[in-house]
Amino acid sequence: MQEIIQYLFSGITTGAIYAVIAVGLSMLYSSTELINFAHGEFVMLGAMAIVTLWVHMALPLPLAFAGAVALGCCMGLLFERLAIRTARTPQPIVLVIITVGASIFLRGVAMIVWGKDPFSVPAFSRHDSIEIAGAALLPQSIWIVGAAVLLAGGIHFFLKKTLTGKAMVACAVNKKAAWLTGIPSEKMGILAFAVSTGSGAVAGIFIAPITMSSYDMGTMLGLKGFCAAMIGGLGSLWGAFAGGILLGVLESLGAGLISSGLKDAIAFILLLLILYICPGGLFSAKEAKRF
Amino acid sequence: MVTDSVKAFSKQSLGSCDIECPKDITRSHDILNVRNLTKMFGGVTAQDDISFSIEPGIVCGLIGPNGAGKTTLFNMITGIYRPDSGQVLFNGRPTRKMAVHQLVRAGIARTFQHVELFGSMTLLENVLVGMHVRTKSGFWGAVTRMPWVMREERRAREKAMDLLEFTGLTQYAHRPAGDLPVGRQKMAEIARALASEPKLLLLDEPAAGLNPVETEALGKLIQRVKERAVTMMLVEHDMSLAMGISDKVIVLDRGKKLAEGSPREVQNNQAVMEAYLGRG
Amino acid sequence: MDDNKKKQWTENTIFLVVILGCGLGVDNTYYLQIMTFIGINTLLALGLNMLMGYAGQVSLGHAAFYGIGAYTTAILSGTYGISPWAALVCAVSCAVFIAFVVGLPTLKLSGYYLGMGTLGFGMIVNILFREWSTVTGGSSGFVGIPMLEAGPVSFMSGRNYFFLVWMVVLVAVLLCRRILSSRMGRALRSIHDGENASLAVGVNTHFLKLQIFMFSAALGAVAGFLYAHFVMFISPESFGFMVSVKMVTMVVIGGMASVWGALLGASLLTLLPEVLHGFAEYEMIIFGLILMVVMIFMPQGLTRGLLDIYEHSRKRDKRHGN
Ligand SMILES: Nc1ncnc2c1ncn2[C@@H]1O[C@H](COP(=O)(O)OP(=O)(O)O)[C@@H](O)[C@H]1O
Ligand SMILES: [Mg+2]
Repeated sequence: MQEIIQYLFSGITTGAIYAVIAVGLSMLYSSTELINFAHGEFVMLGAMAIVTLWVHMALPLPLAFAGAVALGCCMGLLFERLAIRTARTPQPIVLVIITVGASIFLRGVAMIVWGKDPFSVPAFSRHDSIEIAGAALLPQSIWIVGAAVLLAGGIHFFLKKTLTGKAMVACAVNKKAAWLTGIPSEKMGILAFAVSTGSGAVAGIFIAPITMSSYDMGTMLGLKGFCAAMIGGLGSLWGAFAGGILLGVLESLGAGLISSGLKDAIAFILLLLILYICPGGLFSAKEAKRF
Repeated sequence: MVTDSVKAFSKQSLGSCDIECPKDITRSHDILNVRNLTKMFGGVTAQDDISFSIEPGIVCGLIGPNGAGKTTLFNMITGIYRPDSGQVLFNGRPTRKMAVHQLVRAGIARTFQHVELFGSMTLLENVLVGMHVRTKSGFWGAVTRMPWVMREERRAREKAMDLLEFTGLTQYAHRPAGDLPVGRQKMAEIARALASEPKLLLLDEPAAGLNPVETEALGKLIQRVKERAVTMMLVEHDMSLAMGISDKVIVLDRGKKLAEGSPREVQNNQAVMEAYLGRG
Repeated sequence: MDDNKKKQWTENTIFLVVILGCGLGVDNTYYLQIMTFIGINTLLALGLNMLMGYAGQVSLGHAAFYGIGAYTTAILSGTYGISPWAALVCAVSCAVFIAFVVGLPTLKLSGYYLGMGTLGFGMIVNILFREWSTVTGGSSGFVGIPMLEAGPVSFMSGRNYFFLVWMVVLVAVLLCRRILSSRMGRALRSIHDGENASLAVGVNTHFLKLQIFMFSAALGAVAGFLYAHFVMFISPESFGFMVSVKMVTMVVIGGMASVWGALLGASLLTLLPEVLHGFAEYEMIIFGLILMVVMIFMPQGLTRGLLDIYEHSRKRDKRHGN
């Protein structure tokens, strides 16, 4: 029992990070109809930036945080300008290969900048762990879950309640009609990218203290974020959030109770099952494919 | 217990027979029966309880303003969309369980409103792909190149060239289909559709984008196709073409069937005039 | 038609002469080894090119079939002492069967979903190689794969292995050509140009994609077999995500030009690491850049794109010249 609670705690913690990654992917999809295979690399950039800014350069945490997020946003912006917008034929298969190329490219750059060795980052707050029913709850976990809820809530508020956010969604639904009503769809695309990659960087910052950060951490995280977004149904923010938590808990339970080697396989098996059986996600009945 | 389930079973099979064996079996000589078709896209009712039937050998015009549901109707007859309710019978057989390629083999072919030729392949190859359901060789045939495969290939090519001559496109045979002028592409789509030896040919706005000379040539082509005993449904906005060539006209508006009858009847129909000339 | 045949004959003859020339003329074992690797990679690229270049279906997990071929033969001939040639049959059958089972649901997907599905499949297979260590040797790899022998001929020497690999490549090239010029090949290309139209014309697109997926899996398994018995040691890294990306890069370079495009892509990606000093450091950056730049400017592939530009300029010259 105590063990299971412990697994639940750690599952919810990683799940919250998957949730943030999934929300970023899902948000980009709902405003540009694009799936960014390089999303995980922005998570990695966030983690590596916090290593450099906070651990190595010893900047104050809020400043380092802002710097890392800004880096994520800027790289996303550049990426959109240089690689996505310029594509001659923006069909899915072309964009898949472009974003995969970008992901490999960013990983290669990170390997040269930060080297191959993993870094560890200390916890953000130095409180002792809290004991609940015999299981230890790290303060970092509370940080992470709180930040995830805040971020997802913020993005949700932005898309649903602000004019800019609504305009962004309108662009995805019908670009031409949005253009006719005077929404600058190009600017919306850039903004969507910046917000999405920025939130990816946030996920990276929060995961840094609970794992080792290295140049190749992004691919797995990106794929798991995608898996979570698919569980919740692409384009649905709260679905993505719930999917992330669910995936984290399942992984943690599977790794603890079955075999730790299979931890990563769980996400992928889940991903395939979702793709095959209900590509619209568990929480919505909508079909994802339009003829 | 046992008798109960037997009863239930016989009831069930009787029930299904009601659907499978239509009451008006006397009209089973119709090549196409459409019954109470309904299709929704989100909140849009693209097809609302549409029923009609088509006798073999005729040309049936399908008219209606943009968004009336004409293309959607074609997509359901060809099996690309599944109807929410209602059914389509082709030669008296329900098509609900058939895949698109099976329907093509059974004899339904179509052209697209927006030209969808295989742009990077030559026109001849396009027509050969159109012949896909009438040829057999597969992976092993391709790999072994047995004599029958080569014979089939040769015959297919001859037939494709004949079709290109029939549609007046011989000179373009070895050009990439994407390089053809738009008017020719429309004709090429008809050639490709004819390659599957259809019994029912659905033409979705074949005259859109054609100049008057080409439109006239198209009219003549449709006439000649009709002489080959191919039944046709024709979506057309060009009224003189649609009315001149059709034996029967069906009018759709906002997913509903407004009228059905001879071109003259339809032209004098009050509801149709309203749909076209404006409404409140 | 006849022109085409003549052209193919000359191409094949040149190919054969070049193979013979390289095989007999080159004595340096290092060069022979590199050329053998080029052959193995060409097989991989040929298979994936049929799927991606011609049928237009992306696969980001194709290294899985390469690995399945390699591990099947390694386990059967290394652990159980079965003849490698029998193991080859098993390896290919196994890969084709798995391609069938996986392809059945996966190839119903398209675009991003297909990319994710194939990627997930590749990852699962790789995790299996790593974690099923009692059978596969785990992440430290599989040692003790036997040498290939056929009666009196031993493939111990680099030269014999070179000829073996390139003869297989030649057969694969001929097979691909035959498929492409057939009814099946035309239908495949029609999927690439417009899947909806292809479906509406009566092509059973799902079945066709499945067939070509299985064919490319078979080629991948043969490549894996040749690789395993050549280097005689395999580990999961050789069949991971990066290898799948490398295969995609080969196809993107070769594109839909012809089956020779695959050869070009494979040669380039095999030679680059050998020629460029410190390539390993920059490998990812270079692959990433190639993928992005080619796809942005020449989505039909590098070779096809360059050929198009060349033909375009020649046409223009003709027009101006006359
Ligand atoms: N795949 C689809 N998804 C959503 N709506 C669709 C789809 N196809 C057609 N519609 C809608 O169905 C209605 C009928 O369209 P359509 O059949 O194309 O009309 P027509 O061909 O008569 O101009 C339109 O309102 C259109 O927006
Ligand atoms: Mg229409």
